[in-house]
Amino acid sequence: MSATPILEVHNLKMHFPVREGIFMRTGKFNKAVDGVNLHIQPGETLGLVGESGCGKSTLGRCISRLYNPTDGQILFEGHDITRIKGRQLQPYRQNIQMIFQDPMESLNSRHTVGDILQEPFIIHKIGDRISRKKRVAELLEIVGLPARSATRYPFEFSGGQRQRIGIARAIALNPRLIICDEPVSALDVSIQSQILNLLIELQQEFNLAYLFIAHDLAVVKHISDRIAIMYLGKLVEDGAGETIYQNAKHPYTQSLISAIPVPDPHHEIHRIVLEGDVPSPIDPPSGCAFHPRCPKVMDQCRNTTPELLPLVDAAEQDVACHLYTS
Amino acid sequence: MSETLLSVHNLVTEFDTDEGRVRAVDDVSFDLAPGETLGIVGESGCGKSVTALSIMRLLPQPAGHIVSGQVLLHGEDLTQAPLKRMEKVRGNSIGMVFQEPMTALNPVHTVGRQLAEVLLLHKEISKDEATRQAVEMLDKVGIPAPDLRLGEYPHQLSGGMRQRVVIAMALACKPSILIADEPTTALDVTIQAQILELIKELQNDMGMAVILITHDLGVIAETSNSVVVMYAGRVAEQGNVYDIFDRPTHPYTRGLLASIPRLETVPKSELPIIEGMVPGLLDLPAGCRFENRCPHRQDVCAQSIPAMEPIDDAHAVSCFRWQELKAAVDQNR
Repeated sequence: MSATPILEVHNLKMHFPVREGIFMRTGKFNKAVDGVNLHIQPGETLGLVGESGCGKSTLGRCISRLYNPTDGQILFEGHDITRIKGRQLQPYRQNIQMIFQDPMESLNSRHTVGDILQEPFIIHKIGDRISRKKRVAELLEIVGLPARSATRYPFEFSGGQRQRIGIARAIALNPRLIICDEPVSALDVSIQSQILNLLIELQQEFNLAYLFIAHDLAVVKHISDRIAIMYLGKLVEDGAGETIYQNAKHPYTQSLISAIPVPDPHHEIHRIVLEGDVPSPIDPPSGCAFHPRCPKVMDQCRNTTPELLPLVDAAEQDVACHLYTS
Repeated sequence: MSETLLSVHNLVTEFDTDEGRVRAVDDVSFDLAPGETLGIVGESGCGKSVTALSIMRLLPQPAGHIVSGQVLLHGEDLTQAPLKRMEKVRGNSIGMVFQEPMTALNPVHTVGRQLAEVLLLHKEISKDEATRQAVEMLDKVGIPAPDLRLGEYPHQLSGGMRQRVVIAMALACKPSILIADEPTTALDVTIQAQILELIKELQNDMGMAVILITHDLGVIAETSNSVVVMYAGRVAEQGNVYDIFDRPTHPYTRGLLASIPRLETVPKSELPIIEGMVPGLLDLPAGCRFENRCPHRQDVCAQSIPAMEPIDDAHAVSCFRWQELKAAVDQNR
């Protein structure tokens, strides 16, 4: 791809100190994100898939600079934003927004929807009272809520409507990139499709880029251009959505795809059931972190960590697995 | 169907709330055959969990009431059974698994003690024998080093392992029915696959029937022989799994099946949606519960509730216009 990516992440690490013992010494680190590389083009959706505890939410929060990464580099439109602080960070806060899983927890229950939606403008000192009010009405219309919603409180809305409010807040300042952290997983099936349609529509209208974090692969496949699979703090595979589903290479991706229950009773199940649980990121296995659960484990997997490398015979598909390096 | 193990007839369950009485389950009927898996599917608030709690007589007290209807287990009406009798039924005849294994387990007792408690309560056996059977059960549900795990507390186990323990408890007395209420919703997909596989294995092994309650149509398609689709407390449609997925007739079932993103749908294409949202139980439409969201609504739908009408053997639907809708679908086939 030719254009400058809107986001580039190089070798990003987020290690949280683990305090233990009576003196609360930090001996160990929770390596929630451990050397991730990715890029997102303007107007593109990168789906980020993984199981709970794999570090996908932490990665999203590093990119939006809610966390200060331990190491690595985050470039937004070519500018390094990894370490900047305070006032310097302000314009990026405007350009990178977030949508969370549970809108009840991410919306202040004591503020009216109007107040919630005006706040971004007040913080960033944009417009006066009248123009803000007008913009709030516009935002509500864009996300499909009646204008009178502005005087109501979040608890008066259903889960799907609250997620619409969360989306309205995220797009208020015309951001370029939105980190969507499990935005539909708390919603009922018939509401999920409404919100997915809205997100896709907004992307096309405002040329938004999304980092779409989720564990539901069918949802991710639907909304994403490219997909990255994460396991224990590292990406194990990435590529175009269709490629990942038709032609997954990493044994973890393969088992993840085979584990999705398909809503068709005629579908023949060829399931690769993984043994055991996801290991702790505090004490990850040596070599390839997936090796204790991998059905195709080889000797070198136990000692050497495979790197995420482009596949020789496939354009734009990267995989971190020794099966494909020889 | 040859014989019936459990038969629910016109079950009606209501709750007292601050704002008045609400009907959470309204006229629900279904039969469960030995060894069969029955899926109950629906969105939050549709009454699927309350149906299960009514069968087990575990409704929150004093708010929940079974107002009318019957739950026949081998012909015995459980809605009229004395509480002492119900204590025997729970665990012995019907085991239950809940969504969140952490809340189903007691955090201050070891896994072994909780498992042994179930066995001691229902069987006339010694403590040593109970411990021996507890180890056997843990082994059966695929927990490695079961004799060591016996001494551990629930917080020391992962989510998947906890759910295995809960399943072991539910099945300890070899019930003929297992009710599983969203047993895999809190789990990751790879762990979900393990648990569904486990339930299937145990079912083949022990010959029990399963009532599986879930919102996930994929899980239903994969595991169930027959399906009950619920909406706002009532059954919208029921039938065998092929009736529901190949020949969905109720507009709600059809809307639901059309709206889920699938691996083969074109990325970023507009998904068909069901307009609006599920009505609250306090302000249900007077007629068909789905009336205010239905693309095929007519005047009659707002006035009275459609009866459950049989389409063929097992397939039945509650919609005034099912014949027209079915004809249109058949023509497009």
